[in-house]
Amino acid sequence: MIRRNRVLAAATAVLALGLTGACGGGDDSDSDSGGTSAKAEFNAAMTKVFNPSDKKGGTIKLANSGDWDTLDPGETYYGYSWNFLRLYGRALLTFKVEPGKGSNDLTPDLAEGLGTPSEGGKTWTYKIKPGIKYEDGTVVKAADVKYAVLRSVDKATFPNGPAYFEQFLNLPKDYKGPYKSKGVNTDSAITTPDDTTVVFHLKQAFGGFDYLAALSQTVPVPEAKDTGANYKQHVVSSGPYMFDTNNLGKDFSLKRNPNWDAASDPIRKALPDRYEVSLNVNADDLDNRLLSGDLDIDVVGTGVQPAALGRVVGDPALKANTDNPTLSRLWYTSINGTVAPFDKIDCRKAVEYAADKTGYQTAYGGPLAGGILASTLMPPQVPGYQKFDLYPSPDGKGDVEKAKAALTACGQPNGFATNIAYRAERPKEKAVAESLQQSLARVGIKLTLKPYPQGDYFSQYAGNPPYVKANKIGLATNGWGADWNDGFGFLSQIVDSRVIRETGGSSNTSVRDPEVDKMLDAAISNTDAAAREQAWGAIDKKVMEDAYILPGIHAKSLLIRPKKLTNVFVSEAYAMYDYTALGVA
Amino acid sequence: MTDVSPKGRPFLEVKDLKIHFPTDDGVVRSVDGLNFTLERGKTLGIVGESGSGKSVTSLGIMGLYNKSNSKMSGEIWLDGQELVSSGAETVRKLRGNDMAMIFQDPLSAMHPYYSIGKQIVEAYRVHHNVSKQVARKHAVDMLGRVGIPQPDRRVDDYPHQFSGGMRQRAMIAMALVNDPELLIADEPTTALDVTVQAQILDLMHDLQSEFNSALIVITHDLGVVAELADDVLVMYGGRCIEYADATTIFDKPEHPYTWGLLGSMPRMDRPNIDRLVPIPGLPPSLINLPTGCSFHPRCQYEPRTGGLGSTTMPELSRAGGSKHLVRCHIPTEERQRIWSEEVKPKLEA
Amino acid sequence: MITYIIRRLFAAVLLLFIVSAATFAIFYLFPRLVGGTPETLATRYVGRAATPETVNLIAHKLGFYDPVYVQYGRWIKGIFLGADFDAGAGIEHCPAPCFGYSFITHQPVWPDLLDRLPVTLSLAIGAAILWLILGLSTGTISALRRGSLLDRTVMTVSLAGVSLPIFFTGLLGLLVFSYQLGWTAPGGSYTPFTENPGDWFYSLLLPWVVLAFQFSASYARLTRAGMLETMSEDYIRTARAKGLRERDVNVKHGLRAALTPILTIFGLDFGLLLGGAVLTEQVFSLPGLGKYAVDAITNNDLPKVLGVTLMAAFFVVIANLIVDLLYAVVDPRVRLG
Repeated sequence: MIRRNRVLAAATAVLALGLTGACGGGDDSDSDSGGTSAKAEFNAAMTKVFNPSDKKGGTIKLANSGDWDTLDPGETYYGYSWNFLRLYGRALLTFKVEPGKGSNDLTPDLAEGLGTPSEGGKTWTYKIKPGIKYEDGTVVKAADVKYAVLRSVDKATFPNGPAYFEQFLNLPKDYKGPYKSKGVNTDSAITTPDDTTVVFHLKQAFGGFDYLAALSQTVPVPEAKDTGANYKQHVVSSGPYMFDTNNLGKDFSLKRNPNWDAASDPIRKALPDRYEVSLNVNADDLDNRLLSGDLDIDVVGTGVQPAALGRVVGDPALKANTDNPTLSRLWYTSINGTVAPFDKIDCRKAVEYAADKTGYQTAYGGPLAGGILASTLMPPQVPGYQKFDLYPSPDGKGDVEKAKAALTACGQPNGFATNIAYRAERPKEKAVAESLQQSLARVGIKLTLKPYPQGDYFSQYAGNPPYVKANKIGLATNGWGADWNDGFGFLSQIVDSRVIRETGGSSNTSVRDPEVDKMLDAAISNTDAAAREQAWGAIDKKVMEDAYILPGIHAKSLLIRPKKLTNVFVSEAYAMYDYTALGVA
Repeated sequence: MTDVSPKGRPFLEVKDLKIHFPTDDGVVRSVDGLNFTLERGKTLGIVGESGSGKSVTSLGIMGLYNKSNSKMSGEIWLDGQELVSSGAETVRKLRGNDMAMIFQDPLSAMHPYYSIGKQIVEAYRVHHNVSKQVARKHAVDMLGRVGIPQPDRRVDDYPHQFSGGMRQRAMIAMALVNDPELLIADEPTTALDVTVQAQILDLMHDLQSEFNSALIVITHDLGVVAELADDVLVMYGGRCIEYADATTIFDKPEHPYTWGLLGSMPRMDRPNIDRLVPIPGLPPSLINLPTGCSFHPRCQYEPRTGGLGSTTMPELSRAGGSKHLVRCHIPTEERQRIWSEEVKPKLEA
Repeated sequence: MITYIIRRLFAAVLLLFIVSAATFAIFYLFPRLVGGTPETLATRYVGRAATPETVNLIAHKLGFYDPVYVQYGRWIKGIFLGADFDAGAGIEHCPAPCFGYSFITHQPVWPDLLDRLPVTLSLAIGAAILWLILGLSTGTISALRRGSLLDRTVMTVSLAGVSLPIFFTGLLGLLVFSYQLGWTAPGGSYTPFTENPGDWFYSLLLPWVVLAFQFSASYARLTRAGMLETMSEDYIRTARAKGLRERDVNVKHGLRAALTPILTIFGLDFGLLLGGAVLTEQVFSLPGLGKYAVDAITNNDLPKVLGVTLMAAFFVVIANLIVDLLYAVVDPRVRLG
């Protein structure tokens, strides 16, 4: 009877509130019973392991609201996929499996140690652990790593993958990968002096090459089993789990790989017997299933949908079962120096001063799901982050006086009119544009909203320099997430003026400072990690001084902590739960 | 009229029958105090314009009005059983079995999706607990008797595959399949062309004598009445305004409305089409009947009532012929005079 | 009759051609009208780090440099003769009917469609049975008890059914029946019939009910209107005059005739559903054609869009044909020469 009433109440509440804020009374209070369990509280899995356990067995159920970009280690380009891929593949290096800051550090996986640079960072050598086997029992050889990296270079077959290797490796001219350029000698780029040694030869010194060695593209691929674009149908495992079933676009499951040797792998606990992943699951339903415990993890790890957010925030019992990590993602607005009067630095600074960033935060869902106000490009968790605010204002609401002073300095004391572009399909960007329209109007800068289709946003409109100039797109909403937590990964694609293409389509659309380019080159080739990190902070500051970018917020996500799982913690490297550590209670 | 029955009840007796329909605009008094009797083997013609209440009367006798949207009072005695106060199920069992009906437009009155045979079989099996095969044989028989050639083949045809006349024959077969004692034919020939009309009327006449059933023919066409009826009841505005045997109605009608009907009757023997004079004006609204005589607004003899016509409803009272009843303020003698001196010559001219 | 069917089938094939050409045109011509180039089209199918060379490669690989009619011709040819696909490590042959390869996943489209059809078929058939039973019965009763409390209740509920979107009723249903009460399967738990009929039924029960709720609402209204109309027909009076029991009058004579127009609408609805019950599949994460279509469209995956559009169009055309043929069976007046 009580149960019935509760359901009825829930149903009524749902009807009243339109699916938000209903069904508070779950059985969450039971979850902190039992000796080993930690106390379920907000952010309990951020800096320490929640529910530590070494119990083996069980099945972990995950779901993805979209399709997996691809399961092929040579092409996949999503953080969650890299996180998950470690279950069935071992790259040369990987991020440490531990909570908090430590997870940003690299640790050897297939390799015996971190890379050894020589020639001032132009050559990187890795020794791989002997005797590591694929699922079929064959031994992983250095040549397999070489082959895996080379095949990922074939962008006709793997157009979506990261392109760092072809950028840095000293590949033969017009090399198109092992399929098209069969038999071409590639020793100028990668050599394998013996079965356990891989040596990478770069075009230029690159101090952060270890991060590339941690890409899933170094997960070994046996050439005999490679089927090109179809390899994702059956990836040959080198990790603790291998594919059991794989229905592309629908679901797949992993089972234990009998040829995985725990002794060779101090990183992974490999607790559960099975992982089951459903794809293309309705996002709102996914949240409901997480909350009901029918599902363990939203594998994409970007947090709950607005509907569930309302429920979680409004209910302390639910909120106690969530974690709120900061993502390595900046939502920002490009200030285009090619559009007058933004060619004058003080006019750009006027925008930096006048903008009310709380509007940015509200547009993205508030402090929990949206993010924290940003005054720098790099988010706090990226090594090298320096805290500074060149354009301070009370509560981030903007400094009208300073903005007006800047306007006077650039010869536009009464303000001016310009356009702001945003992606038409993104209501959050529209809200940002409207909020900026209001806050900039306070100093006389009149914005006209210009929505563009997101499919062609960068290639044809806001990221197409001639179009920007001709149509006076002074401001353009933008966003960027790092491939990994490192200054290079975060900054190079958005502040290097040399990545800007006149034909459009580049991520950087506004930062054009030769000084910054020089600073980047210097930092990239520096093999001293500490000095490098220092340099990233300096570049960040320089770009902010140039006022080419108006940082909005550093994104955060609200993750629902799986109730039934053990060893739950957020890896800062991926800004989501570490999928290799989990176990089933 | 109750006085026509000397002892015991007649086969069909309708007493003070009222059928009213409450609507949002007011009560529609379709039938408002009707009396008549009918014996087996006899035919009563009920005549009137559309909206006079003649069809409502027939449907009322059949019990086809829903108590939820109509009000019925008075008495209907069929072979000793009162129908108005009987339960719906009692009347349903009589319907189609003891009393049956032939409708005006057989195309719309027969279900378009079922074959003729199936519809007749259905009618038979409601009241007879027999197999489909037996009922089908019976249906084929009936179709043969109503003059449909090759009935064993046409039994599987659908209504739309029949000609109009054939359809009406089939309809009659369906009505007669249970050998009903009372047969009501509502405008049985209106939808048919003239030569077919005659055939159907002949058929009905023959069948009636064969089955010895009582027949009520509802029509606006006095020609049909002339062909079939023993007695005639003329209805206007839900009431009987003249009642007599057929001969009297045609030879010595006394109500001006009946005169009008006769005037608008096409006759084979009279080629002069321009003699066809429709009665001027429209039938009255059954919600707001005119005060006084319902017919007075359309009656050219109304001035001769000395003002009574517009104030008082005349009684249905005895007139010239035996069992001749007329509802009119004009005195009998004057009516007979007008008929023989003013109206009849014109009609025969 | 046979010539009629052949003529209709021929028209159907022609229509499918037009549909495919139109889809093709929308995809290729519209972007061009606003200044798109083969490269801008190709940028949709490369990663965020793609260089101009990669874009170029992909534009070539997907054939965007060819004139649109050449691309269309190639696609048509694939359907009849099959096509080859460069999978990198080797050439893969896609036998006829080859509806092309996904621009994104590089998987052939036709096996996907065949794989997803049973899901949509299961959903549509189950829901159709439910909504016909529910819609027809409530509509009939409503019509026969016109103006009664029952009638008004049914009409109000059906108004809700017609106007409440599936993503509301579906999510609410999941929340209450799956997550609170545990009576029905959670979203995304489709099991093929061939694998386990019991699980199949369990996994589809709620989607059936939710989908049927919406449809039965409109069918109740249609049935009610149709019944009110037929019940005033002359032949209903005839049926009563024959002394038929009221139930037989209502069902055998009234409902039978009222069903004919509903049959037409049902054919169309059912045909459309076979093309994918988009919202239902979305809400319940059922891997059917509708979900496939949505995913294809959001990803601008033309071969998938084309394939699923054609399949949907095919079902609508076939459903129409079947309805027309059935019409002749149901209504003897419409016998075809």
